[in-house]
Amino acid sequence: MGIIEVQNEIVEEFSLFEDWMQRYEYMIELGKSIDLIDSSKKIDTNLIKGCQSKLWLHAELREDRLIFKADSEAIITKGIAAILLRVFSNQTPKNILEANLEFIDKIGLKEHLSPTRANGLLSMIKQIKYYALAFNKN
Amino acid sequence: MAFDVNKIREDFPILKRKVNGCPLVYLDNAATSQKPRKVIDSIVDYYENYNSNIHRGVHSISQEATDAYEEARKKIQKHFNVKDSKEIILTSGTTHSINLVANGFTSLLNKEDEILISELEHHSNIVPWQMMCEKNGAKIKVIPLTSNGELNYDSFLGLLSNKTKLVFVNHVSNALGTINPIKSIISKAHEYGAAVLIDGAQASSHIKADLQDLNVDFYTTSAHKLCGPTGIGMLFGKKEWLTKMPPYQGGGEMISEVTFEKTTYADLPHKFEAGTPNIAGAIGFGASLDYLNSIGFENIEAYESELLNYATNKLKNIPELKIYGEAKDKTSVISFNVGELHSYDIGTILDKFGIAVRTGQHCAQPVMDYFGIPGTVRASFSFYNTKEEIDYFCKSLERAITMLS
Ligand SMILES: Cc1ncc(COP(=O)(O)O)c(C=O)c1O
Repeated sequence: MGIIEVQNEIVEEFSLFEDWMQRYEYMIELGKSIDLIDSSKKIDTNLIKGCQSKLWLHAELREDRLIFKADSEAIITKGIAAILLRVFSNQTPKNILEANLEFIDKIGLKEHLSPTRANGLLSMIKQIKYYALAFNKN
Repeated sequence: MAFDVNKIREDFPILKRKVNGCPLVYLDNAATSQKPRKVIDSIVDYYENYNSNIHRGVHSISQEATDAYEEARKKIQKHFNVKDSKEIILTSGTTHSINLVANGFTSLLNKEDEILISELEHHSNIVPWQMMCEKNGAKIKVIPLTSNGELNYDSFLGLLSNKTKLVFVNHVSNALGTINPIKSIISKAHEYGAAVLIDGAQASSHIKADLQDLNVDFYTTSAHKLCGPTGIGMLFGKKEWLTKMPPYQGGGEMISEVTFEKTTYADLPHKFEAGTPNIAGAIGFGASLDYLNSIGFENIEAYESELLNYATNKLKNIPELKIYGEAKDKTSVISFNVGELHSYDIGTILDKFGIAVRTGQHCAQPVMDYFGIPGTVRASFSFYNTKEEIDYFCKSLERAITMLS
């Protein structure tokens, strides 16, 4: 599935929820099934800055696609990371670089995008884009 | 005056607002306090009616502003029972005050000297001393904690020696609410000829400190912690010390004569108040002391300790909840964790319920390291909080725990 299709799918899932509590419960569920980073990769160089809880992100290229793995001490942060992984993992660097992030607003998580939120969502997106830039051959 | 919390709440406009669709329950008072109408009005009144620069104009409104500014200093003097108003330096807050003293001590200490700092300190306040020590070679010794979050008094006695030149301890810990035995610390330090600086930032909203009785050398606070505005605070320093210390910043107000060859400094307190000060802030600070004194610190202390006991007992009923810092003497601050849950998650969900708490390290990394935890949730109560709010907080916390588990 392409990035836009995955984003639409997520927006559709979140549209079923009536209030923030259901959205957060779902996010927490997603966090529990995140593609976990190997514990040997939980090193300082993989830490995302600007986060009140520790958040690790690792990327590797498999054929032409970037595979992301992550983990966090905080379950909400982990849920947010899981959503980003669903969108960006297993995509080509070029597509990642071109992707926009409107879906975050649509699923009611815009508040987490504020640079002062200290949850690292913004820094995590930046890091994902940096990886894409680094691995982009074109 | 009888203490009526509902009436008091009317004084605070912000307490009427909603957050995320729920009434605001503000339990982050240790970070900063809310402001009563009287304080807000005093600031507006200054800007609307007599805004002017001070100490330099011959015109009427400059005189009015100067009088109001100096009146604020007098209110601070009276509140803290300070002998001479010249011993009150108006600063931008505790951080500024501490830097001012650390800078002053740079030339007074050398590499043979030691300063004692408690492990309970606000970590940003350790930095000015590290900066000082880099310059003069003095050494920092750390007064350790005990497991209930108190200072280890015996270790303190053990660290004191003739080399000790300065002791720096907070009156109340921001992370745990521990009230330190500063009176004994001060008198013990004095036996060795050491000066004592007490950081009163967390204490001032709960405890009215009598600085002459404490016989402290330096004491500092920030107005925003006690219902006053941000960006203003004070440093009390004994005249002997303030006279000995060189000025911190150069600028207007702090000089008496300037030529290119030499400048003579103004007398206290102006020697340490370079530039146009925070005039509105000082006026607001004075108004906040008036306000708190009109409620009465006995009433505030009694009510807040009732809230603390009420909340502590309720929280202890929540399974796996662990409270950090159970000093015998503490202010209305509860730092806690629940099982393996991260404080950030709990804080995020509570915010959705309209509840403001602090999460993380609370600028006290050494304290968190001592307990081996990345952080805590900290709920801090003020005299305008209610038991109903604590009930709602506990209920919401339980819902958060269910969601997160
Ligand atoms: C104990 C203590 N000291 C110092 C400070 C710093 O105060 P300010 O930021 O007002 O300078 C605080 C406030 O967070 C505090 O709680």
